[in-house]
Amino acid sequence: MNTQFNPSRRKFMLTSAAVSGGFALGLQMPSKAQDVVAGSDVNIWVQISPDDTVTIKYARCEMGQGSMTSAPQMVADELDASWDQVKIEYVDVNEHIRMDRAWGAMVTVGSQTIRNSQEYLRNAGASARTMLVAAAASEWGVPQSEINVSNGVISHAASGRESGFGALAAAAASQPVPETVTLKDPADWHIIGQSPARVDIPPSVDGSQVYGVDVELPGMVYAAMATCPVFGGTVSSFDATKARTRKGVMDVVAIDGNSVVVVADNWWRANKALQEVEVNWDTNGNGNVSSETILETFKASLAASDAAPMPNNAGDADQALANAEQVLEADYFTPFLSHSPMEPMGATVRITGERVDIWASTQSPEGLVTEMVNALDVEAENVYAHRVQAGGGFGRRGGSSDYARAAALIAAELPDGIPVKMLWNREEDTQHDFYRPLAMYRLKGGLDTDGYISGWKARIASGSILNQMRGAPLRGGVDFTAVEGFTELPYNIPDQFQDFKLTPTHVPLGFWRTVGWSQTPFAREQFIDELAVAAGEDPYHFRLKHMEEDELSRHILEKVADEIGWDETPAAGIYRGIATTEPYGSYTAAAVELSVNDAGVINIHRIVQGINTGHMVNPDNVTAQLEGATVWAISAAMWGEINIEQGKVQESNFHNYRLLRMSEMPVIDTVLEATGGFWGGVGEPGQAPILPAFCNAIYAATGTRVRSLPLKHHGFTLA
Amino acid sequence: MELRVNNQLHEVDVEPEMPLLWVLRDMLNLKGTKFACGIAQCGACTVHLDGEPIRSCSFPVSAAAGKSITTIEGLTENSDHPVQQAWIKHQVPQCGYCQSGQIMAAVSLLNKKPQPTDADINAAMTNICRCGTYKRIRDAIHDVAGNNAENTLAYEA
Repeated sequence: MNTQFNPSRRKFMLTSAAVSGGFALGLQMPSKAQDVVAGSDVNIWVQISPDDTVTIKYARCEMGQGSMTSAPQMVADELDASWDQVKIEYVDVNEHIRMDRAWGAMVTVGSQTIRNSQEYLRNAGASARTMLVAAAASEWGVPQSEINVSNGVISHAASGRESGFGALAAAAASQPVPETVTLKDPADWHIIGQSPARVDIPPSVDGSQVYGVDVELPGMVYAAMATCPVFGGTVSSFDATKARTRKGVMDVVAIDGNSVVVVADNWWRANKALQEVEVNWDTNGNGNVSSETILETFKASLAASDAAPMPNNAGDADQALANAEQVLEADYFTPFLSHSPMEPMGATVRITGERVDIWASTQSPEGLVTEMVNALDVEAENVYAHRVQAGGGFGRRGGSSDYARAAALIAAELPDGIPVKMLWNREEDTQHDFYRPLAMYRLKGGLDTDGYISGWKARIASGSILNQMRGAPLRGGVDFTAVEGFTELPYNIPDQFQDFKLTPTHVPLGFWRTVGWSQTPFAREQFIDELAVAAGEDPYHFRLKHMEEDELSRHILEKVADEIGWDETPAAGIYRGIATTEPYGSYTAAAVELSVNDAGVINIHRIVQGINTGHMVNPDNVTAQLEGATVWAISAAMWGEINIEQGKVQESNFHNYRLLRMSEMPVIDTVLEATGGFWGGVGEPGQAPILPAFCNAIYAATGTRVRSLPLKHHGFTLA
Repeated sequence: MELRVNNQLHEVDVEPEMPLLWVLRDMLNLKGTKFACGIAQCGACTVHLDGEPIRSCSFPVSAAAGKSITTIEGLTENSDHPVQQAWIKHQVPQCGYCQSGQIMAAVSLLNKKPQPTDADINAAMTNICRCGTYKRIRDAIHDVAGNNAENTLAYEA
């Protein structure tokens, strides 16, 4: 029996052991980052080598969303480089922290990488170009205004002089940094708007891509862990007598008061021995919570009188509803969901004297550093967070870095300098997520005699990610991530009232791909359909007539409707649904064609999905994100739910947390619009309109209005 | 026990019930084969055993002794297998974590059926991709097969 743990022990063990920087690991970088020749740093984003190689720094993370390629595209375009000469290299996290976070945000969440970086990335490219031009003008003795830069070639027509970037890079680096630069007219972009191949794909086809789980270090040991299955519970005691006799087992410890860890010379041995540790858990009062008790709490929230009104309320909704020709009311329900990325949570940590090295698949390199500082009481400057590809993120690796903390606490139990790779098994990953919040929605809508929505009320009951994960106070009592989709309706409804009832449970909450927009449209866009049906109108044209003042929402909806041929009658037995959303700065709409047989088997014939991102950097990557988002939406619609019994998550692995497979993949056609004037997100928004369009089509086909998910509980299966 | 992996013989001292996956990853340092579910549900750990796709997370190493094991690293020397090339051409991977397994499953399918139908692909390609790259996997397989990807699974009103 060993229940000794002391997370702060590390600070007493710190020694002055000299730590050399730059542990050579041979981690393979994506191909564009290989073979970088020393060059001149024209600025922090652009380094140019004598051989004309342009190395562009990438600060955020790559987890399949593609912005490791698309963000540098923006730099290269303003630089007037040729994409063929570009290599991409991650910004070093430790250098970033030591340089007062010079490269801006590294966190890769909320479809922010392009829209929140575009200005400083384009400026960086334009600034470096200006400095190259100044260097050429100085060397050639000609006016800067006569110099042209195109596809990596600097030229002066009158004198016939010409140079690549490399020959002028050193001189450019010593030019004064321009105070202002003029960015290109979008019409002059030559790399933005193109679809160069993603730089991180080649290593993903031959097994050479290094994910957090793949890091291997000399002397490494491996850890498997089990956290109290009831959230908030702790370890009372454990008996590891049997586990300790197992081959390869080196230690069994408790960490953080709530987890038991087996350390072994091989992960499988650690995980197998873990199953033999007998643990007495203290459930700390949450042992009786179930999905049923949670549902009762949420039902009470729908009727509660102390909800927080939202800032966009207007007019007098109650009066409008009282005056309405017809009033509809409906409750909607969306369950907890787990992220379940293919790579389970894990991290490798090595503590060497005062230095901490961490390798972990993450969406937040700075979050990893913060976790090390908090867990080990070390200085941020002494933490080295190493870059790896993430095997999916989807929000799981951006909010909390709980798995990195666990690895740090395990490393602190080991002798100095011993690296430990902690990896959760799938069951642990499924049962210790930060889940998409369960939510309930009560909607009321009134129609006037002309079939217009004259009054609208919405009650949103949900836990708060911001409050629960971060302890953040809620502005006006509203968690804006829970109500997105209701804060600014695209529909012109003069009298509307919406409020939010905070409904916490003991279940940890997190940012699940598309966040509030993954679930609020299920209610909003189906209820719009309900009102259209009540008004006796076509759901598409009913939407359009309420959108006259929202040109961008109307535009993408019209494009999608055109693409699916909405105004032409579908073949017999085929039914359609449509929906529109405006998530993460973009405008998205979807239409679904399906048929449903008497046994409830849904056959999806086609999904048309449209997005208007304003400006669009890499269209093929946008298409890929839309395709993937569809898989997310249909998986969640058909099967997605996390249930609680006796305080624990019941689902554990892919056999009971079903995800869509190849045979179920529908035909998808994408409509890409880039109308200019704004920068919208890509990774998150695609999913938003699919779920309601799908459910609206099911209603059209069957007359069944599905107001709670998943569909498997309503007798539906997928062909 | 002696294992033949990617045409090389290795002597490993392991429990007979240890899944092949963990011998490959933690003993032989072949990290291209991935762990994701541990119960043969998702296929991220797919390797070939005498040419047949197996889910190595649930396959005891003792059952692989005396047979020929091929992992993603052993598929080709220069990462230029037609399936790998098609994966790049169609920009299939997103996060890429499942793709070693997807590629091994696709290679096995194409070895058996050089011109698979959509039904063949559905039956053989049961690996889970959380990013949702199925459309591009299908297109890439058809491309390798010489099928006209544009004409497969097209919408028919």
